[in-house]
Amino acid sequence: MREFRARLATWLEHRTGIETAVRSFLYEEIPASSGWHQVFGSVAIFLFLVQVFTGILLAVNYAPTPGDAYNSLRYILTELTAGRLIRGLHHWGASMMIVVVVLHMTQAFLYGAYKKPREATWMVGVVLFVLTLAYGLTGYLLPWDNRAYWGTVVATQIAAQAPLLGPYLSRLLGGESSIGVVTFARFFGLHVLLLPPATTFLIALHVYLVRKHGVAPLPGDERLPRKKFFPEQVFKDTVAIFLAFAVLFIMAVAVRVPLERLADPTDTTYIPRPDWYFLFLFQTLKFFKGPLEVVGSVVLPGAAILALLLVPFIDRGRMVRVARRTVAAGFVALAVLGWAGLTAAAIATTPKPEPVAEIDFSGPTDWIELSPQELAGIGYFRRENCVSCHTLGDGKPGIGPDLTTTSIHKSAAWMIRHFKRPSEIVPGSAMPPIQLSDSQLNALAAFLLKLNPRNASALENAPDFAVGGALIYQTSNCGACHQVNNVGMKIGPPLNGLRKRRSRPWLERHFRDPQSVSPNTIMPPYQFNARDVDNLISYLFALPD
Amino acid sequence: MESVPRPAETPAPPRTSRRDFYLAAIYGLWSLMAAALSLPALIYLLLPPKLRKESDWVEVGDISALQPEVPVEMVFRRNRIDGWKVISEKSTAWVVKRSLNQVVAFGPQCTHLGCAYHWDETKNEFICPCHTSVFSVDGKVVSGPAPRPLDRYVAKVENNKLFLGALHESEPGA
Repeated sequence: MREFRARLATWLEHRTGIETAVRSFLYEEIPASSGWHQVFGSVAIFLFLVQVFTGILLAVNYAPTPGDAYNSLRYILTELTAGRLIRGLHHWGASMMIVVVVLHMTQAFLYGAYKKPREATWMVGVVLFVLTLAYGLTGYLLPWDNRAYWGTVVATQIAAQAPLLGPYLSRLLGGESSIGVVTFARFFGLHVLLLPPATTFLIALHVYLVRKHGVAPLPGDERLPRKKFFPEQVFKDTVAIFLAFAVLFIMAVAVRVPLERLADPTDTTYIPRPDWYFLFLFQTLKFFKGPLEVVGSVVLPGAAILALLLVPFIDRGRMVRVARRTVAAGFVALAVLGWAGLTAAAIATTPKPEPVAEIDFSGPTDWIELSPQELAGIGYFRRENCVSCHTLGDGKPGIGPDLTTTSIHKSAAWMIRHFKRPSEIVPGSAMPPIQLSDSQLNALAAFLLKLNPRNASALENAPDFAVGGALIYQTSNCGACHQVNNVGMKIGPPLNGLRKRRSRPWLERHFRDPQSVSPNTIMPPYQFNARDVDNLISYLFALPD
Repeated sequence: MESVPRPAETPAPPRTSRRDFYLAAIYGLWSLMAAALSLPALIYLLLPPKLRKESDWVEVGDISALQPEVPVEMVFRRNRIDGWKVISEKSTAWVVKRSLNQVVAFGPQCTHLGCAYHWDETKNEFICPCHTSVFSVDGKVVSGPAPRPLDRYVAKVENNKLFLGALHESEPGA
């Protein structure tokens, strides 16, 4: 066996020279000062490969057209095992890649690694940095939820402001009239067809240049013996890569990436914000008003990229030790402070979204389709703590029967008789009678009739505000005049789509004193407490349109 | 090919144990990462989507005019879950009336390689045009490469109307 492997290796080496290539790659000489501060480049390449890997996995279950994109991503998140993990890795990997690329650039900048003869290496690196941002910009649209849609509306409008090139850029991005199928195809094409090969080529060029000029040494290195890349530096790179990967993996598992509502161009309540790494640009834009706006949106960011590209030609001094590069350190400190300040300001000035935005549409949301009575039934179900004895299809044996399978075969009348006097209907039943009014028992029975093994977990997931809202809706008998999900009367307006018609303050006034905002209405005033009115409005706003 | 430690670190000459540690860490950590990426990927690609809505009964049509033991191709529309979509598509079934209220509905595809077969009235057999599999009127394989009898829909008859449920794969040799 061993002999066979040796022969195979020799055969391969003779035909391809692969062993020599790997050897010369691994045993490259590096300066004596090389160490932990030079691991970021390797980490960035690793993260890029993770993005390629997870990106391909996402693409095989993804339909790159508006609408379908959203549905297919939901399918990945809710139907496919490990789909949420793969998407989490891709999402957080993008953020992490930006962080690591910036760290890599900062290290190179602080150490003066861009100096002669490494100017080209640095400039290729700056282009790679811009490409990393371009991935973020184009990838942002692909989930086609509200966040994606509105973020891209703003981004394409900014591109259209660019002096001279604006109209052409806008046409290139397909965002001339509105964001639709054309923009989507352009962004998707850029994200998966153009950017990855461009990045691969530039990474290869970047690494080639690093190898050609050697890793940047520090003053004093020339007096020390040079080291080999393998295994010590490879070990350090591996440890750094592993730490980055561990953080990424934990984030992908633990931090849920929300999928918001399907993109809705008519949604006037949505507050668009870019991803965190673009927030500082977003904030910069606020300082420039009117005709000067283009300065903040295009000129300043453009100038910053140009300045980065020209860094090796601006600073032409000799290589000095890091500790003495006070000006460079000052620049980095200023940049960090400026970035942090702008980002903090952007976060501070972002209005708190209405509770409706907190629904995570990537989870099961069957409860949205329930009638208010059925949803209120969930409230009584929770209040009476039925799950202390009954199970909901999760397989664990309870004292009482599994309600997802038994309630299908019963009628509402049977259930209500059973709730009131359990042992009368089921002799020997250990269930205590439920002390609720008839209408409350009706709601509870209505919910249980809806229950089956398929929707049990989705219904259990109904958020408290919605259940609370539905309880108020039921006890106030709103259904006597209004309709929700096609249940109820049509004396007043149906309440689906209320979110688009009315604001929260308007509704608060309307409940207190209907005549003050809608003269001649027959709706009576309601005195709800603050929490109830909050729950009720949040619930109504969460309804499907 | 030993690494040369910086003089500041260890004055001792490089030892093999340090190199061994580096190698073990490199192989170990990379294997761990490869597993953490490839296992979820395999699960993601190979596991079927989680269970969703079972197919409901679909009304296919009136069967009062059917002659016993004479297969008729009936076309109906049914909703099918196709990945992230629910599509309404045309389906067919070969329906054979056995007795007054007993009806068998065969799936329209040959069990060999999925070609659409048809009923040959002159021979009283189902014949597949692709590889000449032949099935009898009760779905059994008469000749040809088909490995198992024709697949059957779950069927029920109410007031002379035929309702079909899921298509079940037949057992080989049944």
